[in-house]
Amino acid sequence: MPETAFVWQQMRRSLAIARKDIRIYYSKGPVVIFGILFPVFLFLSFTIGRQMSVDFMIPGLLGMILFFTATSISPIVVPWEAQARTLERLMSCPVRLETIIIGDILASFTFGTAISLVPIIIGIALGVTVSSPVIFALAVILAALCFASLGNVFSIPPTNLPATVNMIASVVKFPVVFISGIFIPLDQLPNWGQAIAYISPLTYFTDIARSCIQGEGHLPLALDFVVLIAFTVLFLVVAMKLHQRTMPRRI
Amino acid sequence: MSVDSAAIEVRNLTKRYDGLIAVDAISFEVRKGEFFGFLGPNGAGKTTTVRMLTGVIKANSGTALVMGSRAGSLKAKQVAGVVPEMANAYNDLSSWDNLMLMAELYGVASGKAKQRSESLLRNLGLLERKDSLVKTYSKGMKQRLILGMALISDPQILFLDEPTTGLDVQSARLIKDMLRSLNGGGKTIFLTTHDMDEANQLCDRVAIINKGKMVAIDAPEKLRMATSGRHSVEVSFSDSVNLETLAQLPGVNEVQKVGDKYRLYTESPGELVVGLVNHSCMVGLKIVSLNILAPSLEDAFVALTEKEDEHA
Repeated sequence: MPETAFVWQQMRRSLAIARKDIRIYYSKGPVVIFGILFPVFLFLSFTIGRQMSVDFMIPGLLGMILFFTATSISPIVVPWEAQARTLERLMSCPVRLETIIIGDILASFTFGTAISLVPIIIGIALGVTVSSPVIFALAVILAALCFASLGNVFSIPPTNLPATVNMIASVVKFPVVFISGIFIPLDQLPNWGQAIAYISPLTYFTDIARSCIQGEGHLPLALDFVVLIAFTVLFLVVAMKLHQRTMPRRI
Repeated sequence: MSVDSAAIEVRNLTKRYDGLIAVDAISFEVRKGEFFGFLGPNGAGKTTTVRMLTGVIKANSGTALVMGSRAGSLKAKQVAGVVPEMANAYNDLSSWDNLMLMAELYGVASGKAKQRSESLLRNLGLLERKDSLVKTYSKGMKQRLILGMALISDPQILFLDEPTTGLDVQSARLIKDMLRSLNGGGKTIFLTTHDMDEANQLCDRVAIINKGKMVAIDAPEKLRMATSGRHSVEVSFSDSVNLETLAQLPGVNEVQKVGDKYRLYTESPGELVVGLVNHSCMVGLKIVSLNILAPSLEDAFVALTEKEDEHA
């Protein structure tokens, strides 16, 4: 089969896996509600009572919701499938492991992107204006893909207990939220704080969002995009390489 | 066997887990159109072998070809249907949606997939429940659906790992009848089971694996006949009899109580029958029934695996 036809064939099968994931894992009420409510309450608990403009709050809220939703289910799909004994059937289908991983990431990406509309609509209703809608939309799409890939990386350890994977994910996710310029702007962080912030992909998305909504970011937009793309590629490569090793150990 | 006529060719296939050898350099071939049984006690290496053949896990060494392609390659997976051991369909989807998902993953065109799904669900007795979520199905219905999912791509070869274990009689019979008919239609079937009756009824040839090693491979009838010393005489009396008394009759190797009957294993069943009749006359017992039994596949299995254990 020619290479392009093969890639197209596997892509269609990835989409079938993504649709299956969305129907089974993402379309449940509690998942949607938890995806929105949890980051909103976490955000409110840190912002209520502090003098913050809507223009400052919305990029932070959007960053948190996008980060939490895109990484909420993707870490536990593979352990869930192994536990429910559907994974072996999937692995014996004529799909590459990469096809399965991309399908899972696509589902997470779709969920994250769809839920991110909630803070965007809230922001617009509160009078927030986006100076560069195209750049902003590209950033949301790229960040959703990046965070969905990171979520998939969390599921690499060959445990079939979703709770264990969730614990691993939480250990990374919560500190990341606090160091990514969501609650404290990057230029108000000390040097060592900024150094830590730069290792978080969420920092770069928040910076783009602030640039599009507040009119100025801490870093050049091009740099934000390049680093986000680099993180996305890194997470995708790590997920695909390491799942090759651990996936057969789940069976 | 020529390469063209082989559906499966396995050479020195080996799988190790943390230093333990689960499958130890096994070699065998399955012909196209053959119904092949893979027997062995629990932990013998049956499931590990099927998983290597279906590409779920990789072998440490050796080679395996499925329909001429390397086992685990997309080409080999494309022509195979798989019913894994203890597998589940997606409980939160209907049986129709499970079949459609499998059709998409095997690249079956939508029109053909719908046509096949309807026909499969009808044959499997699930058509009326096609829109119900699978979590509302009984175990037998789920297993029938999993067979349907394996057949949606009209595969040339079917791998089934213990497909009837723990099922109700009707579902098990429906699955066995369907497998017979599929094999009659030319499909190659590779079935792992520890149900000797099932293997005896369905398979053209069986392989016996024990502790990761191939012990025997032949037609069930030939394996049965090759098992000397496992002929038996099954007898029932009008009154209860002491097992030890029967064990002391000439030529008896072993005595088992099977329900209300006694099974006496011997190498010379004719002489034992005479001995039994004489004994019953002598002690005033009435014989209610008496049958001479050839060794069953189960006897052959036990004899072969025990012999292997002794060698080990």
